[in-house]
Amino acid sequence: MFEFCADPKSLEGFVWWSCYLTNGKHMAFYFSFITVLSLLLFTVPLIMALGFAGALARRSQIAPVRWFGWIYTSMVRGVPDIIFFLFALIALDQGIEYLRHVALCPDWSEPIRQGNDFRVCPEAKMPLGTAPQWIHEIYGFVLAAVGFGIVFGAFAANTLYGALNAVPHAQLETGVAYGMSPRQIFRRIHLPQMWVYALPGLSNLWMILIKATPLLFLLGVEDVVYWARELGGSKTAIFDYPHGDWRLGYFLVLLVFYLLLTWVSEKAFGRLTAWVSRGQATVGGTT
Amino acid sequence: MTTFLKLAGAATLAATFAATAVSAETIRMGTEGAYPPYNFINDSGEIDGFEREVGDELCKRAGLECTWVTNEWDSIIPNLVSGNYDTIIAGMSITAERDEVIDFTQEYFPPDPSAYVALSGAGMDVKGGVVAAQTATIQAAYVAESGATLVEFATPEETVAAVRSGEADAVLADFAYLKPIVDASGGELTIVDDSVSIGGGVGMGIRESDGELKAKMDAAIASMKADGTLSDLIAKWFDGRMVKF
Repeated sequence: MFEFCADPKSLEGFVWWSCYLTNGKHMAFYFSFITVLSLLLFTVPLIMALGFAGALARRSQIAPVRWFGWIYTSMVRGVPDIIFFLFALIALDQGIEYLRHVALCPDWSEPIRQGNDFRVCPEAKMPLGTAPQWIHEIYGFVLAAVGFGIVFGAFAANTLYGALNAVPHAQLETGVAYGMSPRQIFRRIHLPQMWVYALPGLSNLWMILIKATPLLFLLGVEDVVYWARELGGSKTAIFDYPHGDWRLGYFLVLLVFYLLLTWVSEKAFGRLTAWVSRGQATVGGTT
Repeated sequence: MTTFLKLAGAATLAATFAATAVSAETIRMGTEGAYPPYNFINDSGEIDGFEREVGDELCKRAGLECTWVTNEWDSIIPNLVSGNYDTIIAGMSITAERDEVIDFTQEYFPPDPSAYVALSGAGMDVKGGVVAAQTATIQAAYVAESGATLVEFATPEETVAAVRSGEADAVLADFAYLKPIVDASGGELTIVDDSVSIGGGVGMGIRESDGELKAKMDAAIASMKADGTLSDLIAKWFDGRMVKF
């Protein structure tokens, strides 16, 4: 990074630290914070969309749609996250490659399953084997975002479903008495009142999501915990900056990061709760 | 008209070039990146080590273009088999058990004895105490059979940290991995027994259905053995160790 870092073994004190903390590996560590935050921002809309779809499916008048919503929320919530990430997402990845294989390589004669091996033609690889590493990383990132979206979407669906059911019936009947259509009732009365009941559950979900990012490494996305462990491990003289076991220090940095994130989230959810409670006939709304 | 034809010709030529460029094979090399001096992430955040140099040289000799990726040790075989990368070059000993799932090239590193390392002066009985080893390694299997209590860790680094913290009485790992750590510990750690012979040499793992790649890599390894470059690289990365092929 800096000119004077050319020979790290000769450095001491402050200069050593300034070089150590700005080497390529630390840059990757700092960048992983951005990866984690952008993943969170990227997945939240997906989670909310799937959550709403699931909740509305479960309330649907059409029986098959209702069953589908029920199966989605109960199955995905029931499967342990680590199993879901290891199997469902690898299956999704292989499914995409299989479809591309069928579409792009009609002349391929070899079987796709050869013993343990999963082999599609090189043109069907996702991403292509020739693609640069960053495309592989983006693909892994998107796969991770979809995975988080599906898993947490199921939890959100259940929360939203419960919140929709918690709105007092009399409120909706008043809408009918005013001559509103079912759509108007849903948009103007049901939905705005539902948030008060949904927010505590959604905020729990958000807090769990923040801490679930180490699961990303299963998909090859290097998150903050991976880099903290990698950097903190003791380094012998083969490295430019040898040091002992510094994992405690790095994990303390993570602790501060997560506490800050929690603090900011709590503030935001506090404001959000106050905002959706205004004018509601609830204890929170009348204070 | 001639200009047009020339242009068209040039375009076809360019297209042919582009097509050949794409079809030049790219091989994705999978490694762990946590096992110095075999492979590790250096301070610039790049994959470095003995296997990085060997791998790059092998690719050059086999006429392949190679990119490097890291993967957790635990899932390194499943991810090869499902096609996320094409080789495993991660200090993996050739064993009959692994050979059932994947294929190995000929060895590029001779069988390395494993060593027990413990805190100095602990007077450790390696058959009775608690021994740390990395998950899914030959050492973990060996400890489990030896009568000692096995504690497994996901990374090699954690196995040594467990000895330092007292969680385990000793660690069993490749001698070449432990030696620099013991040397750097300033007498804190000591080698209890460095003559545990388990496993074969280290080879490159390749999908069983990938016979063509295996043949290319085998030929490249043979040529590196024949002209002595492999021995030189081993001497460079493993403290001047002399190996004759």
